[in-house]
Amino acid sequence: MTASTVDIALFAAKLGIVFFVILTLAAYLVFAERKILAWIQDRKGPNRVGPFGLLQPLADLIKLLTKEDFIPAAADKWLFYLAPAMAAIPAILTFAVIPFGAPVAIAGHQVPMLVADLNVGLLFFLALSSIAVYGVAIGGWASNSKYSLLGGIRGLAQLISYELSMGLSLVPVVMLARSLSLADIVAAQSPIPFIVYQPLAFLIFLISITAECKRIPFDIPEAEGELVAGFHTEYSGMRFGLFFVGEYINIIVLGGLATTFFLGGWHGPFLAPVIWFSLKTLAFAFFFIWMRGTLPRLRYDQLMHLGWKVLTPLALANILVTGWWLVLKAA
Amino acid sequence: MPIFSDIKAILGGFSITLSHMLRRPVTIQYPEEKRTPYPRYRARIVLTRDPDGGERCVACYLCSAACPVDCISMQAAEREDGRRYAAWFRINFSRCIFCGLCAEACPTLAIQMTPDYEICKRDIMDLVAEKEDLLIDGCGKDDSYNFYRHAGIAVTQPRGEGLEEAPPADIRTLMP
Repeated sequence: MTASTVDIALFAAKLGIVFFVILTLAAYLVFAERKILAWIQDRKGPNRVGPFGLLQPLADLIKLLTKEDFIPAAADKWLFYLAPAMAAIPAILTFAVIPFGAPVAIAGHQVPMLVADLNVGLLFFLALSSIAVYGVAIGGWASNSKYSLLGGIRGLAQLISYELSMGLSLVPVVMLARSLSLADIVAAQSPIPFIVYQPLAFLIFLISITAECKRIPFDIPEAEGELVAGFHTEYSGMRFGLFFVGEYINIIVLGGLATTFFLGGWHGPFLAPVIWFSLKTLAFAFFFIWMRGTLPRLRYDQLMHLGWKVLTPLALANILVTGWWLVLKAA
Repeated sequence: MPIFSDIKAILGGFSITLSHMLRRPVTIQYPEEKRTPYPRYRARIVLTRDPDGGERCVACYLCSAACPVDCISMQAAEREDGRRYAAWFRINFSRCIFCGLCAEACPTLAIQMTPDYEICKRDIMDLVAEKEDLLIDGCGKDDSYNFYRHAGIAVTQPRGEGLEEAPPADIRTLMP
C-alpha cells in the first residue's frame, strides 16, 4: 500500500507540473506571438511591462480578470457559461496522452513521462478534438448574435472538412507503429522518425492541425475581418480569456502531437528528452505564428475544397501506398 | 502545373516574413527616443519679432481670415504714432489643424510655424494660447525682415526713406 501512496504522490506532482507548465507556456505563447508578429511587421511589440515586456502575460491576466463579465440579455445563459470551458478543457485534456520525455526512475519507481498512457491515446486525441469544436458551436449559438452564430456554423463546417483528413493522415502512423498508444508510437520512431517515411501524411496532418486550432489561414470561425470576432464576439473578460488561452494551449498540444506522431517525440541526440520534446513543440508553435504573419485567410468554401477534394483523397492514397509497402516488406 | 507556382509563391511569402523578422524595427520609442522634425515641419505657431525687437504683427486679421477652422482671433489697436498692433491675440490649439495657411497669409511674417510638436495638455483649456504665450523673442525664419522698412513707411518714418523707395517726386517738375 505504501508503494501506491508514493505512486499517487508522484502522479499528483506530475499532474501539477504539467498543468502549470502548459498554462504558463500558453500565456507566454500569447506574448511570443505578439512579439514575433511585431518583428514580422518591423515593429518592436510589447516591451513596456517588465524587462523586454516579459510581464505582459501577467498584465493581460489582471486586465482580463478585472474586466466586466458581460452577458447579452438574449443569450442562452447556461450554454453561454459552458462554452468557454468546452473550448479550453479538451485542449488541456489532450496533453494527458502525450509522452514528453523518457521514463524516469524516481525513488525506485519507474515514472513514465506522460500523464496517462492510454492504449487508445490516438483515438482519445481525435475524440477530444471533435469535442473541442462544441465549445465554438455552443458559444456561437448561445450568444444569440448573428456574428457568433455564423462563426459557430463555420466552426462546424470547418470541423467536418479537416477532421477526416487529419484522422486519415494518422492511419499510416498507426500502421507503421502497430499501436494506438502514443508511448508506443514514440518508441517505434527511435532510430528514424516517421516524417522520413511519411512526408505526405505529415504535410496533411500539419495543414489539418492548423485548421484544428483555428488559426490563420484557417481562422474562419473567428474571421475578425468579416464576423467581428466570430464565435466569441459576445464574450468578455475571463470567459473570452478561456477561449483565448484554449487556442494557445491547443497550439502547444497539437505541436506536441505532431512531434509525437512524426518527429520522433522526445527522441534526439545529446540533449535531454524533455528538452528535445520542448524544442520540437515550440518549433511548431513558432511555425504557426510565422504562418499567421504570412498567409491570408481562406474563404470557407476554399477550405472545404481543400479538405474534401485534395487532402482526403491524398490521405487515402497515402494509406494505400503505405499498405502496399508494408505488405511488400513483409513478403 | 499551377501547383508548383503556388508552392513557390507560398514559400516566397514565408521567406519575406522571415527576412523582416530579422530586420531592425522601424519603431521610435517615443518618450525615450525622439525624431528631429524638419525645419519646415508645421507644429506650434508663434508670433515673432522683427530684428529691432518690435512686434511684427500688425493685427491685419489676414491669418484669422485665412484660418479654415477659425482658431485665430485678435483685437487690433493703434499706437500714438499710428503703428498697429494686436491688443490681444489668441490661438485655440485644440482647434488648430496646423495647415500653415495663417503663416502663408501673414504679410509681415509675424505668425510662423515651428517644429515643436509636443503641445499635448491634460486640460483642453490649456491649449488656448494668448499673445504672451505666442510671442517669442527672436525673429524665427527670415531674421532680417522688418516689414516697416518695406511698407507702411509713413507710419514709422518720413516718406522716401524706405529701403526700396525712391524719394517722393516733386509733382511740379513732372509737368509735360
